[in-house]
Amino acid sequence: MARITLDRLRHSYFANPKGPEDYALKGLDVEWRDGGAYALLGPSGCGKSTLLNIISGLLMPSEGRVLFDDQDVTGLSPDKRNIAQVFQFPVIYDTMTVRQNLAFPLKNRGVDAARIEQAVGEIAEMLGVQDMLDRRAAGLAPDDKQKISMGRGLVRDDVNAVMFDEPLTVIDPHLKFSLRSKLKELHQRINRTMIYVTHDQTEALTFADEVVVMSLGEVVQIGTPVELFERPAHTFVGHFIGSPGMNVLPAERAGDGVTFRGQAVALDGIIGAASGMLEIGVRPENVRLGAHGVDAVISKISDVGRHKVVETMAGDVKINAITDGEVPAQGSPVKLGFRQDRTRLYADGWLASGEAAQ
Amino acid sequence: MHKTENQKAWFFVLPVLFLVAFNALVPMMTVVNYSVQETFGNNQFFWQGLDWFEQILRSERFHAALGRQFLFTFLILIIQVPLGIIIALSMPKSGFWVPVCLVLMALPMLIPWNVVGAMWNIFALPKIGMLGYFMNNVLGVPFDFTQSPTAAWITIIAMDVWHWTSLVVLLAYAGLVSIPDAYYQAARIDGATPWAVFRHIQLPKMKNVLTIAILLRFMDSFNVYTEPFTLTGGGPGNSTTLLSIDLVKIALGQFDLGPAGAMSLIYFAITLLVSWLFYTLMTRNES
Repeated sequence: MARITLDRLRHSYFANPKGPEDYALKGLDVEWRDGGAYALLGPSGCGKSTLLNIISGLLMPSEGRVLFDDQDVTGLSPDKRNIAQVFQFPVIYDTMTVRQNLAFPLKNRGVDAARIEQAVGEIAEMLGVQDMLDRRAAGLAPDDKQKISMGRGLVRDDVNAVMFDEPLTVIDPHLKFSLRSKLKELHQRINRTMIYVTHDQTEALTFADEVVVMSLGEVVQIGTPVELFERPAHTFVGHFIGSPGMNVLPAERAGDGVTFRGQAVALDGIIGAASGMLEIGVRPENVRLGAHGVDAVISKISDVGRHKVVETMAGDVKINAITDGEVPAQGSPVKLGFRQDRTRLYADGWLASGEAAQ
Repeated sequence: MHKTENQKAWFFVLPVLFLVAFNALVPMMTVVNYSVQETFGNNQFFWQGLDWFEQILRSERFHAALGRQFLFTFLILIIQVPLGIIIALSMPKSGFWVPVCLVLMALPMLIPWNVVGAMWNIFALPKIGMLGYFMNNVLGVPFDFTQSPTAAWITIIAMDVWHWTSLVVLLAYAGLVSIPDAYYQAARIDGATPWAVFRHIQLPKMKNVLTIAILLRFMDSFNVYTEPFTLTGGGPGNSTTLLSIDLVKIALGQFDLGPAGAMSLIYFAITLLVSWLFYTLMTRNES
């Protein structure tokens, strides 16, 4: 088990990177505490798999260091780092039984037979696969195969961290939920550092104590699921997390406040000296249809069961609102009120109001 | 739901049936026809029953040729299959050298069979051939395939290995490149040795293509005629007279069409039986 520190990590797949656009990772400083559950969240191509492979040692970073506790492991191979990794597609040794699959990493490390027997038994019980231990692994269903792949990572007690690279991609939707809760349960039982890479916000937010949101090779925000939801540090986070994502409205500065389409909008906290491209960010959950506020016209209403998602147009800007109450018919003019303590200003994409402005 | 009975689709099979009938069934029936009769020319036939089959099965000449045939096939398989796998494993998985390797590998297979025989004939001749000269004059080992059965066997085996190992290489390589990277990465993380990677990842993933490769090499080598005939003509003596060479001698040399017909059918039955046994054994655990 170990604390993981990424120290000014940069990586490029080119031999001679010139500009920042040549870097798949543009400079990361992250520290993960021992035993935590972390998620790396971002769209395809944001560099999260690159980062994962660097941590596990399958890839050597162009610059920077990877530290486990205080030991520099940047140059060590995966088996020397004592890292376990679960891949997108279940990796199973077809020639072996489930039991042999689970025992394989221990056997390769010369653990004695009695200890292997015990460890395999424990992990099989945790995964709920005791009854299939003597079956050929080749014939299992995808979700059972993925459980076995996880088991091979969890069976070793010398593991510093377990990495998951979008492990639920090939799993049927109705089994995803049960595997996800299994994972959460496993984390609580064995208490190892776990790093979970995904582009699925639900997976990230339900699994992790802390989520690292990445975009274009950079970390845009590290925070708990609640922080990411309530206080996005970047419009990308606001947009990427949430369904639908945060509304981002072009704003203009007017003295100490800002306006949107000529109407003043009250913000949370002060805005300081914010300049550049200004935008107002407010989540659909914090937009009210009422008697006061920004003028808009309802363009679409989707009833998703728990609530209604109301799509409105203020000029050519789309604003989503979420409401439980009655909604005027499509095409009706409405006034949109923004909840002040959840309405923030972003300058060039980054949060620029409230504490961020000080 | 009501199921409509409509068997008209069978008509689509008719063209294939005709093709197979004309290129396989009809010629084979003529062989069956010869195998149960005696002919002295003038289109006169006398019923002979299963006598020819009995004669062939009891003939020491047939036993000897069959033995040589199995030895030949066995030797080329135990050389070509491991060698093919080793070459496939050492070929690059990506980059500039992949097409170069593939073309180099495919080249021997593009050469006509009798040309291969003629090439190796000249190549192995003691006085003028590179191989023959090298063995006799540089290494000082007496090597003359026209005189020594051992030298003749070494030459036909080497020729077949040169000509056909590529087939195993290409099929094994196709199996290897289809293995996702994640398997190798998982194996590194699990601390697997290179042998374990081969045994538990590469070999099982190559199993299907290797089954086909072995089957093809078995059938081709068991029926091989042109190359060894061009190289040694079955000699010295009868030492490299394989089944097919013996069959041609009986059918066209001695013009014993009856025994030749019977021998053809026995030959065919053995090829079919071994292929079927092998394929069934290899695919038995699939379901």
